[in-house]
Amino acid sequence: MSDTTIPRTPGAPGAPGAPGAPGVPGAPGGRRARHAKRPAQSSPQGPRSPKDPGGTGTPGADDARPAGLWSDAWHDLRRRPLFVASAVLIGVILLMAVVPQLFTSVDPYDAVNCRLGDARQAPSADHWFGTDNQGCDTFARTVYGTRVSLLVGLSATVMTVLVGGLLGLLAGFRGGWPDALLSRVAEIFFAIPSVLGALLILAVFRTGTVWTVMLALSMLAWPMTFRIMRAAVITAKGQDYVIAARALGASGGRLMFRHILPNSVASVIVVATINLGVFIAAEAGLSFLGVGIQSPSISWGLMIADARPRFLEAAGPLLFPAAFLSVTVLAFIMLGDAVRDALDPKLR
Amino acid sequence: MGRYLIRRLLQAIPVLLGATLLIYAVVFALPGDPIASMSGEKRMDPDIVGILRDQYHLNDPFIVQYWHYISGVFQGDFGRTFAGVEVSEIIASKFQVTLNLAFTALVMEAVIGVGLGLYAALRRGRAQDTLVLASTLVLISIPTLVTGFVLQLLLGVKLKQSTGIEIFPVAGVSDGLRSYLLPAFVLAGTSIAYLARLTRTNLAETLRADYIRTAVAKGLPRRRVIGRHALRNALIPLVTYLGADLGTLMGGAVITETIFNLPGIGQELFRSVYERQQPVVVGIVTLLVLVYILANLIVDLLYAVLDPRIRYE
Repeated sequence: MSDTTIPRTPGAPGAPGAPGAPGVPGAPGGRRARHAKRPAQSSPQGPRSPKDPGGTGTPGADDARPAGLWSDAWHDLRRRPLFVASAVLIGVILLMAVVPQLFTSVDPYDAVNCRLGDARQAPSADHWFGTDNQGCDTFARTVYGTRVSLLVGLSATVMTVLVGGLLGLLAGFRGGWPDALLSRVAEIFFAIPSVLGALLILAVFRTGTVWTVMLALSMLAWPMTFRIMRAAVITAKGQDYVIAARALGASGGRLMFRHILPNSVASVIVVATINLGVFIAAEAGLSFLGVGIQSPSISWGLMIADARPRFLEAAGPLLFPAAFLSVTVLAFIMLGDAVRDALDPKLR
Repeated sequence: MGRYLIRRLLQAIPVLLGATLLIYAVVFALPGDPIASMSGEKRMDPDIVGILRDQYHLNDPFIVQYWHYISGVFQGDFGRTFAGVEVSEIIASKFQVTLNLAFTALVMEAVIGVGLGLYAALRRGRAQDTLVLASTLVLISIPTLVTGFVLQLLLGVKLKQSTGIEIFPVAGVSDGLRSYLLPAFVLAGTSIAYLARLTRTNLAETLRADYIRTAVAKGLPRRRVIGRHALRNALIPLVTYLGADLGTLMGGAVITETIFNLPGIGQELFRSVYERQQPVVVGIVTLLVLVYILANLIVDLLYAVLDPRIRYE
């Protein structure tokens, strides 16, 4: 499951001799251990830390963490059937996105494989899911459509976590006018209806690609992450270990990225995982409306739109991509559910 | 109460201004010239173009155009389209359709969602509870795009073919409330599931409270304990969710409207974007932002009704 590239395994878990904030008796055990580990790290790279939420935003990538909340969560996760099921599903989906050739020998981008004479055939041994209005193999197209969905979902998630998370961290930590300003701006974006807003933004770009769809979705979704992060940071800011670190002379940046951030990303990650599924559904919706991914690219939403005019005669070309779409969204929402239960025992 | 209301309304003004400015800027950036597209292939007389551009303030800088627009909105004037039709007229009829759709969806959500959640909470840990949890998880995951087409096929077309009676019309709004039932359910689908889960969690927590034990010990009937004591106390988060959802439903209705061919604001906005009818686009979004702000305000005021301990100064 782990594709984390963050090598933070060195540094003994909860090393008691760690400088920084050894005296945090008030904090709960898990937090303390996790917290004390941080300053023990050898590479004090400031700007790398903000990437954290992005990296951990990828599903279930928290297992490289040696101690505390994260390792607890990992131990807990592995025993959950919901998590295992969603992890297996997501593994297959990822594989399908990266190497669709493994699943089908037909290349749907090659027009040779589409024969109008074969349009709207029922499923058969040759065409597992039948053929669509253009006589193309529905199964091959559905498999190849996975990539776009995942790309949009993942990139929009990374983007919202980065933007919303960083701004939330800043607003929560600084307070005062930056907080007031950012909160007002977030409020404005929050008030704009997301589907219609995304539709408008995409109309400006004219051509829908993975990146414009990602941008349109993240522009309207970041306030959510912002709010969650801000609230978590404000809670963390008042904890004893932060006060202790401040008293020991830690700088603002160090407090933010070493002490507060690691203790407030949990809720952001949960929401990010669930959002990933929501983004995938949104991409399909926008592509269906004609403002998202454009043909000849293959996207499930686009396939649904293509199949729509002949839907009543041949439901297959519409229902198969729809089923893949639903299962993908389900997998990520299940994962989010499992991660939330593991990270936030209070919600159980 | 009065002062609280005024303060809240004042706070809403920057949000409204910011959101409309943002949308106005986006529409301003839309490619294409609305005046040039009015006459199609034929070239228009430059004098007429000049007059039209003046009339619609198209030669003014962006911020001046925005000022013209927003000062009109505050006087109840949403402007005219480039064909000279009042925007408020266009929006009014479309808005009604979306409002009907969203409200039907909201009612379904409240009834089915809270009902399911209540059912599950009272049978916590049993098979029925697990079943509700699993089915809501699946329901949350199926996009409206999918439920829309599947239900249209199964309940709209197949059911009519097998029974010979049209129970759920599949397109248009010519059958009154009946034509909204299926689309509203599709639109509400995800929210029903969320609300059911929210109700279950909240109610399960409330049912463990001391005052519930007291109520049971007093010998109150079960119905009263659950209805008056438990449900009412669990209601605040549910009302919050419902209030916030009205705006989401209206803004997210465009896909449902497209599938079921409902002439609502989503479809209108879609068309206006491509015809570059700025006043219509901005008007629709402004209205939706207003709905969002008002719904949230009403929710906040409802808190005081639900929980007498909450007072607004």
